[in-house]
Amino acid sequence: MILSGWGNFPRLDACLLRPRNLGDLRLALSRGPLIARGNGRAYGDSAINPAQTIDMRSFNRMCAFDSTSGQLIAEAGVLLADIISVFLPRGWFPAVTPGTKFVTLGGMIAADVHGKNHHCDGSIRNFVDWIEILDGNGNTRKCSREEDPSLFEFTIGGMGLTGVILRAAIRLRPVESGYIAQDLRPAATLSDAIRLFDENPTASYSVAWIDCLARGQKMGRSLVMFGEHATRADLPAERRDKPFSIPARRAKSFPFDAPSFVLNPWSLALFNEAYYRNGRRRAGRSLLDWDAYFYPLDSIHDWNRLYGRKGFAQFQCVLPLASSDLGMRVLLDTISKSGQDSFLAVLKRFGAEGGGLSFPMEGYSLALDFPIHRNTIDLLKRLDSIVLDFGGRFYLAKDARMSADVFSRSEQRRAAFLDTRTKEGWRSHFTSAQSERLGI
Amino acid sequence: MPGSVLILGGRSDIGLATAHVFAAAGHNIQLAARHAQTLSAEQTDLAVRYGVNVDLVEFDALDTAHHEAFAKALPVLPDIVICAVGVLGNQAADEKNLSSAIQVMRSNYEGPAAILSVFADLFEARGSGTIVGISSVAGDRGRATNYIYGSAKAGFTAFLSGLRNRLARKGVHVLTVLPGFVATRMTEQLDLPKALTAEPKEVALAIERAVKGKRNTIYVRPVWALIMLIIRSIPEAIFKRLRL
Ligand SMILES: Cc1cc2nc3c(=O)[nH]c(=O)nc-3n(C[C@H](O)[C@H](O)[C@H](O)COP(=O)(O)OP(=O)(O)OC[C@H]3O[C@@H](n4cnc5c(N)ncnc54)[C@H](O)[C@@H]3O)c2cc1C
Ligand SMILES: NC(=O)c1ccc[n+]([C@@H]2O[C@H](COP(=O)([O-])OP(=O)(O)OC[C@H]3O[C@@H](n4cnc5c(N)ncnc54)[C@H](OP(=O)(O)O)[C@@H]3O)[C@@H](O)[C@H]2O)c1
Repeated sequence: MILSGWGNFPRLDACLLRPRNLGDLRLALSRGPLIARGNGRAYGDSAINPAQTIDMRSFNRMCAFDSTSGQLIAEAGVLLADIISVFLPRGWFPAVTPGTKFVTLGGMIAADVHGKNHHCDGSIRNFVDWIEILDGNGNTRKCSREEDPSLFEFTIGGMGLTGVILRAAIRLRPVESGYIAQDLRPAATLSDAIRLFDENPTASYSVAWIDCLARGQKMGRSLVMFGEHATRADLPAERRDKPFSIPARRAKSFPFDAPSFVLNPWSLALFNEAYYRNGRRRAGRSLLDWDAYFYPLDSIHDWNRLYGRKGFAQFQCVLPLASSDLGMRVLLDTISKSGQDSFLAVLKRFGAEGGGLSFPMEGYSLALDFPIHRNTIDLLKRLDSIVLDFGGRFYLAKDARMSADVFSRSEQRRAAFLDTRTKEGWRSHFTSAQSERLGI
Repeated sequence: MPGSVLILGGRSDIGLATAHVFAAAGHNIQLAARHAQTLSAEQTDLAVRYGVNVDLVEFDALDTAHHEAFAKALPVLPDIVICAVGVLGNQAADEKNLSSAIQVMRSNYEGPAAILSVFADLFEARGSGTIVGISSVAGDRGRATNYIYGSAKAGFTAFLSGLRNRLARKGVHVLTVLPGFVATRMTEQLDLPKALTAEPKEVALAIERAVKGKRNTIYVRPVWALIMLIIRSIPEAIFKRLRL
């Protein structure tokens, strides 16, 4: 069947298997190399192996929850959405969450996802206590910081290339309500936005949306959003006795692949202008429910089809702190001069680097969406070299087209990863279209 | 406190999805299946997610000699019993193999009807309860491509309708569930049309609604009611020539 990631690009002919138990999984392993797949929310080809892609969503049972420590043990195919719906009513929320709740536990660990709290709390790595993995010989291995630490390090952020994650223990965080107290601040330029991040290092959550289409003086104008988990006292009186229940949102679906003229420079410009103006009007403090705050796009199912049949490419990089301000300006300038506009541009301050092959490092991260056009790939290549010049790196969960050369120049840790992969035999059992393309 | 729910055929995808839906609403669950102990991961999952009590009980729908003993030995007499037992078989192969055809007939009619008879008596004596039988649209008319399975489901549908008639004034509600295509283990080898195929969770939610609303018969998805109306209304002289 034809398989792709969330960006619908590239589309590859692949054999998709959905094992129901360990026996089925071992059988697949004995037939040849494979890659695990969660809910397919990585944008590119990370979760595709043409010969054997293993859909892990039948491994979706929760195994234990400790209501004093907040530790949850669950199988890899459990959805984050289910974790929230089960545990938020009991006062627990994921310690780290990506911008969609439709991801699996295994996918979150394999990509070592980060959230709007990376600058304070780091990535999900910091909340994983142990992982149980199926290795290339079909044996299950438990790893943690103490037990088999190298397997543990490389599995988190290892993009499925160290084995199949079967179960993991993660820690949730206690919260008093299902609401977020947001403080929205407009920034007239990129440097203003960066200053706002720097001035608010202790805000639990922070993220900025950049108007990529603003040129000249307005370049980099953005809306910076800070957030804190609301305490019960922060809620209006009528919500205090039901602090975890939120108004129901009706999910809408985007039912077809939009024709390519839907997202054009004019509609984008209008959208960005309206979004910025509206944001400026709403500036200041407000209370948002968790779903609206963390997962604004989730209420439109299949929104990726908005980009049409050719799909779209995400581009997410991080630049080291020292070169972030200048580097980001060069990136934005290059984009606006290319005339290819990004619909969503998100800027985020990262805290310290984790381990293994994890993406985040201290600095600023920029994420962009580009509909695939004739010139898109060229633009992305130019962005690649700017990122290399400024000493940055790329997020593999968003990558669909980077070259092996760019990857090896951006990633000093590549050699160690590759060595371990070869030495441990992972390389002959766990490969994806992405790992082949990147030569790891 | 919502009543306890017994799922016969507790490993079935539809049955398990139904267990999740009822457990989420606070019902304690009993999963009855062959090799019930192999369902311990599901047992834990339901308990962790919903904080309800989940029991596993050994059950073989074809072991009719022990059905009464099975019901008596349950930890509690359930308020709601849902039968999700079924075997699709392979029509072409079963036409040539009488013993496997008989297995399909017995698993979809004899076994389910027998065990529900036992609960009908117990519920009638108690004066309350809900009996849910998962039959199939395949029972609405026999077709060349699946009449072995379909005829057994037809029998089961008729049995449920009779049971409903018998118990209507006894405080016992009988619900007949007629799914069309559902994406489950039973159909994973088949290439089903997406627009007509429900997810197990859809069936489960429809069952929950119908139990609450005391409905008699439901189709899932509802479009199947229309499809089957058309199929039933084709005159036999024409129908017998069709390839369906
Ligand atoms: C709208 C949107 C917003 C996003 N926002 C963020 C964000 O803010 N921060 C962030 O970090 N990411 C973000 N992402 C990316 C997303 O969190 C990651 O791609 C995540 O890995 C997706 O999980 P999945 O279950 O869909 O995995 P898939 O996409 O199916 O797989 C992703 C990777 O995980 C591996 N994998 C999956 N399951 C297993 C397993 N059981 N064992 C071993 N390997 C496995 C796959 O091999 C693959 O390499 C976003 C994605 C979308 C669509
Ligand atoms: N899927 C569809 O398209 C569809 C459509 C219409 C109706 N249905 C009906 O829906 C019900 C549930 O099926 P499903 O789709 O969820 O498929 P399923 O997962 O294959 O479930 C069928 C279950 O029946 C159980 N079973 C068979 N014989 C049994 C016996 N003698 N004793 C105890 N249990 C027995 C099986 O148990 P084991 O696990 O032990 O084998 C299995 O768990 C069935 O009645 C089916 O006919 C399904």
